[in-house]
Amino acid sequence: MKPNKIDQLYFSDVNEPIRLDRREFLKKLGGGIIVVFCLGKLSLLDGWGQNDAADELNFNAYLRVKEDGRVDCYTGKIEMGQGIITSLAQVLAEELEVPISSVDMIMGDTELCPYDAGTWGSLTTRFADPVIRAAAAEAREILIDLAAEKLNVNKEELTIEEGVIFVKNNTTIKTTFAEITKGKKIVQSLSKKPSIKTSKEFKIIGKPTISADAVDKVTGKAMYSGDIKLPNMVYATVVRPAVYGSKKLKVDASGLAAFEGIQLIEEEDLVAVIHADPEIANKAAKKVKVSWEAPEARADNESIFQYLEAHIKDSNVYEEAGNLEIGNKTSTKIIKTAYQDGYKAHAPIETHAATCYFEKDKLTMWVSSQTPFGTREQLANTLNIPLENVHIKQIFLGGGFGGKIYNQQAIEAAKIAKSCGKPVQLVWSRKEEFMYDRFRPAALMNVKSGVDDKGKLNLWEFDIYCAGTRGTKLFYDVPNNRTRMFNEKNVRGDSHTNRLNNVSVHPFGTGAWRAPGNNSTTFARESHIDTTALAAGIDPLEFRLNNLKNVDMIVTLKLAAETFGWTRKKEDGHGYGIALGEDAGTCVAILAEVFVDKSTGEVTPIKMVCAQDMGQVVNPHGATVQTEGGLTMGLGYALYEDVEFVGGKVKSKNFKNYTITKFSKTPEIECVFRDKMDSKPQGGGEPAIICVGGAIANAVFDACGARVNRIPVTPERILAAIKK
Amino acid sequence: MKQTISFKLNDQNVSVDVNGDESLLTVIRTYLDKTGTKFGCGLGDCGACTILIDNEATRSCMVIVEDIEGKEIITIEGLASGEILHPIQKAFVTLDALQCGFCTPGMIMNALGLLIKNPTPTRDEIIYGMEENLCRCGSYNRIIDAIQLAAKEMNQKVKI
Repeated sequence: MKPNKIDQLYFSDVNEPIRLDRREFLKKLGGGIIVVFCLGKLSLLDGWGQNDAADELNFNAYLRVKEDGRVDCYTGKIEMGQGIITSLAQVLAEELEVPISSVDMIMGDTELCPYDAGTWGSLTTRFADPVIRAAAAEAREILIDLAAEKLNVNKEELTIEEGVIFVKNNTTIKTTFAEITKGKKIVQSLSKKPSIKTSKEFKIIGKPTISADAVDKVTGKAMYSGDIKLPNMVYATVVRPAVYGSKKLKVDASGLAAFEGIQLIEEEDLVAVIHADPEIANKAAKKVKVSWEAPEARADNESIFQYLEAHIKDSNVYEEAGNLEIGNKTSTKIIKTAYQDGYKAHAPIETHAATCYFEKDKLTMWVSSQTPFGTREQLANTLNIPLENVHIKQIFLGGGFGGKIYNQQAIEAAKIAKSCGKPVQLVWSRKEEFMYDRFRPAALMNVKSGVDDKGKLNLWEFDIYCAGTRGTKLFYDVPNNRTRMFNEKNVRGDSHTNRLNNVSVHPFGTGAWRAPGNNSTTFARESHIDTTALAAGIDPLEFRLNNLKNVDMIVTLKLAAETFGWTRKKEDGHGYGIALGEDAGTCVAILAEVFVDKSTGEVTPIKMVCAQDMGQVVNPHGATVQTEGGLTMGLGYALYEDVEFVGGKVKSKNFKNYTITKFSKTPEIECVFRDKMDSKPQGGGEPAIICVGGAIANAVFDACGARVNRIPVTPERILAAIKK
Repeated sequence: MKQTISFKLNDQNVSVDVNGDESLLTVIRTYLDKTGTKFGCGLGDCGACTILIDNEATRSCMVIVEDIEGKEIITIEGLASGEILHPIQKAFVTLDALQCGFCTPGMIMNALGLLIKNPTPTRDEIIYGMEENLCRCGSYNRIIDAIQLAAKEMNQKVKI
């Protein structure tokens, strides 16, 4: 998929079905009851809708009750640790009345699963859940009809429990899913709004459920893309330049003569070696001398913010209200601050990997990708072969966080496999992972606020460079406000599409990083709210409550403050901080406690409380794990993570010089969710992380008086701020 | 010049014909097809490739195969007996001390090495012993709890 299309899909939150003839495909499936439905026709944002019967082969998700009574749930989404392999099975089991253990999740296989644009944006639970529930409810109705016929009773007399259908007041008259489906093949398309359960009837939704894939993952059986081994497979190592974006000038492969069985692959700017032994491929790659022409360095990790501000001159207004002049005049205090956020790596523990083979003209691949269908399209375009000649298979991902949606490794592996005619495995080194990561972009936020003598916000001006609009809709009640996005003309305000003369303003690839842009802007807004509260002489919690208009946010904040104990006595050197944010439909409030060593500037996180209003919580246990994970990962960007570079030369190459959160820095974490079981579910994978930067920066200030306006909040920056 | 290196892998005697300077991680994953042990960095920084060599938790990416002649190696595949999980594996499942699962084999093997040395570690001792194993999904607190839970079960078994 072209990067622009990825951006468009990411931010428009739309699942766009691709039209493929699925008649052949349905033939391939065995017997049982198959429910298909068209996601494109369902009105997703309203939750439910109608699909067009004529369009039934253009379906987008389905399930199959098999002849042995087990259920396959097919989804184009992938599992990368976010737990949907469990929560999607839960909602299916709930509506179909089967034990969760009898559901098999078939995920991300481009020939078995319906089209899906990608696993990103905390969309799965919001958009796939309702559809899978609908299909399961429909399948339940079909099964009841068939059972009524078989048992020769009225369907109203029947009920289902754990995959067994029986007469309500005579449990001896019964049949099973397996008995009913045996020898049948029924394809049913979802034609009307099915009758789904209310929260009072839930047995499985809302019940804490341990990950369905946990046993495979603790025994080493779970397979990732680099674990696939094919007959006669070769291992590829790509020869990389020192500087991102370099053009190949000359290749001297004379050094390869020393290696038996080595083969050089040259495809445009791609230079690689392959060998049946990965150790030899690695050694040999070092002997290939390539002259590169490197682009000129325009900025480094210190000068980048000035560079961005100086070069991005065009802006557009994202939101405005009232009159800024009046806001200025009616405010007794005006505060202006610039906030900065450096580049961040995704740094999944699994590096990008792909294993693939050609059979005649058909490519089959296992790939660590959040976008299996996008990968298929990219590969078909690159290799100039039809879409159906590419098959992406189901596989686990060792973390994604938005970094595995661009699939560079898939293209490289496919080109190499095509060139050498052998099965190929390509696993990026940690250094490659850092260099070709699509980093979270450096961002700059200029904020100006005004407050009156009663502590009421009267003015809010928010200028955002390179962080985009996500989560920036103002939820504070400020009569005079304006939010502007700074971009080149005709470029939308998304975080990773800032371009200068059609070339990225960034020295290397940038992209979506867990809640794109929202980490940067939430840090800036929440730091500035605290600074404004201080100027007004009001407690940060009280100041927020006085200036909030969003009721859900107020309730969520109060829940967090109560759980945390905002008014409890502080120990010496400790500080408390708050941050609020909105992401993927979820309201987040984080309260953090830190200890700061004033002599070294070192920060120790002590406790974090995260309250969320995420609508219906399908798996409270899974949601807690996701939230804890978001907070833990977020401490990394708040305190340590910063990509160092000079132009396209990335100096952060491994975990020695790019520190992520470790065991000793993980505080006690408590997660609380508002009880809204009858609401629609909202996002859970990303939202919590957005508030970590702001909450930590505010807690650090509270602990030692150091206001650091740039994340990560490092010891050096804290010491410098204390000296001021 | 090829040489034969023999060692014990999960209670089985194995021999590999190697140059000798190959990393143990490659030998385990690629030559012996035990892919439960993961490659995360190849530099000893992340711990995804942790295994036991003579009961000592070790980064397999930092060991050359020549040095393991005659030694006893245990990988994640060697922990469970059939369907019965090792107490550490069981505790990881019970407390869901994992998300993407990629660091999990290394975490479990490092924890086993820790518990062999110190069967009753305090929370701080667990943190110190696990500190250099990285988890990007952020399951650290659950991993600590899981190791404590496993230690309890393992110690009870010893008493019986």
